[in-house]
Amino acid sequence: MMAETPINTDLTPGMQLLNRLDDNKLAPNIMHFGRVLRAAGLPIGPGKIIDATNAVLAVGINSRSDFYWALHAVFVNRRDQHELFDQAFHIFWKDPKLLERMMGILLPTIDGGEEPPPDEQPLRRLQEALSQQDDRPDSEQEEEQEEEIELDAAMTVSERELLQTMDFEEMSTAEIDDAKRAIAGMRLPITEIQTRRYKASQRQARVDMRATMRAALRSGGDTIPLKFRRRRTRPPPLVILCDISGSMSRYTRMFLHFMHAVTNDRDRVHTFLFGTRLTNVTRYLRNKDIDLAIEQVTDAVEDWSGGTRIGESLNDFNKFWSRRVLGQGAIVILISDGLDRDAGRGLNLEMERLHKSCRRLIWLNPLLRFDGFQPKSQGIQAILPSVDEFRPVHNLTSLEELIGALNRPGGPRKQGVQEWLTAM
Amino acid sequence: MTDNLPASVDAVVDMLRDGNYVADRSLSTALYLALKLGRPLFLEGEAGVGKTEIGKVLSESLGRRLIRLQCYEGLDVSSAVYEWNYSMQMIDIRIAEASGQQDRERIEDDIFSERFLIKRPLLQALESDESGQPPVLLIDELDRTDEPFEAFLLEVLSDFQVTIPEIGTVKADKPPIVIITSNRTREIHDAIKRRCFYFWVDYPNAKRELEILKVKVPDAPEKLTQQVVDFVQHLRNRDLFKLPGVAETIDWTNALIQLDKINLDPETVNSSLGVLLKYQDDIEKIKGSEAAKILDEVNAGIAAGT
Repeated sequence: MMAETPINTDLTPGMQLLNRLDDNKLAPNIMHFGRVLRAAGLPIGPGKIIDATNAVLAVGINSRSDFYWALHAVFVNRRDQHELFDQAFHIFWKDPKLLERMMGILLPTIDGGEEPPPDEQPLRRLQEALSQQDDRPDSEQEEEQEEEIELDAAMTVSERELLQTMDFEEMSTAEIDDAKRAIAGMRLPITEIQTRRYKASQRQARVDMRATMRAALRSGGDTIPLKFRRRRTRPPPLVILCDISGSMSRYTRMFLHFMHAVTNDRDRVHTFLFGTRLTNVTRYLRNKDIDLAIEQVTDAVEDWSGGTRIGESLNDFNKFWSRRVLGQGAIVILISDGLDRDAGRGLNLEMERLHKSCRRLIWLNPLLRFDGFQPKSQGIQAILPSVDEFRPVHNLTSLEELIGALNRPGGPRKQGVQEWLTAM
Repeated sequence: MTDNLPASVDAVVDMLRDGNYVADRSLSTALYLALKLGRPLFLEGEAGVGKTEIGKVLSESLGRRLIRLQCYEGLDVSSAVYEWNYSMQMIDIRIAEASGQQDRERIEDDIFSERFLIKRPLLQALESDESGQPPVLLIDELDRTDEPFEAFLLEVLSDFQVTIPEIGTVKADKPPIVIITSNRTREIHDAIKRRCFYFWVDYPNAKRELEILKVKVPDAPEKLTQQVVDFVQHLRNRDLFKLPGVAETIDWTNALIQLDKINLDPETVNSSLGVLLKYQDDIEKIKGSEAAKILDEVNAGIAAGT
């Protein structure tokens, strides 16, 4: 967990060297360390480096552990950055040669050249970041340097399950272009919910004492005109869970466009993709440029068009994300055909938990376009009891209908499904 | 500064220990930095790992006032910073009228004076106490509030000042010690985190948890304490929805003492599991044979250790 990996208590050569350094040398070293971390993807600006120097001066450099945690307190501000920091720390402050070299050079090579594609493995990423400092001509390192890499939560990806980079190009026809344009203009006007904040209002709701007081003074205190306020409304957070397994592959690109449009239209949207594992792609989809966003999503996701393990993916979501993103009455949209490789094992429990932790759970299923659709598959049977609304999603019309449905205030929970089941 | 702040990381470790708080050196380092450099300390972690406790211990050990701001959704200026005492203002206006006071500006100055100001936690935190010591400000569960409040907090945390339109800017002569906690039910904006020292409070390891229990429940039998700690540590390796925190461990030990137990047996575990696990699915999963299995492992481990 969150522990410093064991280090021997003796000071390493690097630290001994450091002890002999006066403060003039310490600052540049911390600066270089900060730059290494920045190159590896941590958001570290000059302000942080000054903070770090102050922190180290405050704690002193007598103990390696204090030194470690002082830098940690400044440079790390998310839990998932810990691993990267830990590795970087041990590489950077252990290698005396690197340190010596840097004392000699003090200035790293200036970044130049084109950026290579991002790399996923943290260690390699770090090595490359470290090697930015390294200008030995005979080194075996790659020429290319990485400028900036997005750091995502899934840093521990080791073995790739089904590395099939999806070939989106095949789908590019004129019709699809039209559809994409239509989707880009789509908005998702979910009914706003009341928050606990107020705003000024003409109609009476609650007396706004503060505004009343000011108005009373304005009129000289003879009369006291009442001013009112009422609760503000705001759209609830939205969480989209989208199935990207093989059986869904024909729709995936469309949905990505749809999710991108929604993400960029409003705040508090979180997007997760799953096949055999769950990936949080929220940050990539926030990119305004749709092509860039999709490219980054493609790189981040490991399990395009593979099998589906809905139960396990939802378990991951419930365990690691639900508390973080479903906090304030979120609406969940699950996009999946419900065809599960694990034949629905454990799925109903996970669905139940998901249903209980959100305001409203809407299931979009492309299979529903077939008139004679029967909920036979075990996956579908496991999901159905726990959803509030069940809708088709396979063409532009159904997307538009979805938007219309979300715009209406939701009835009692599960009403939508009940209606659908009785209509059959 | 002339205050009684600890002078080194070791001093922080000692101070926390004297305040009955068993902390890792890593936490002490972060806390020391926050005190020394006058920045807020941002503590994030699962529920029940002792985040709030740090603020309390700090205020006690340093002899400072503790001002606690419990966050919730919709927390606004009138309940976090200040509010005017409207009924008093009304009365004052009536009196002014009755006494024939006509000067509007005079009335305005009068009723928007500090006399009618109700100070809420953030404003209180800008004031030093009688001995001139700034207080400890504990902003608890920041993740429960919404983004507008976070944005407001930015101004307070960077300059330690609050602007009241009717009066002007109130600035702290000495900045308070600020501890912010979050259960991470949503991500706090980076702008806030950037102004703080960050620390992730993790579940303690077995050794640390044993120390904590000895401090917090000193009258528990040694063997029971050891069993409880090992049992909880085993539980944390299981696939549960909510792992038990330190607070649960302490509660459980207290519960067992109340039940006059000196030794863990499967029956006791089953009947008191609700103190430790707070989700029905989790209890269902552990209760019965699983609990017995863990208990066997625990006892075997203790037997092997002694």
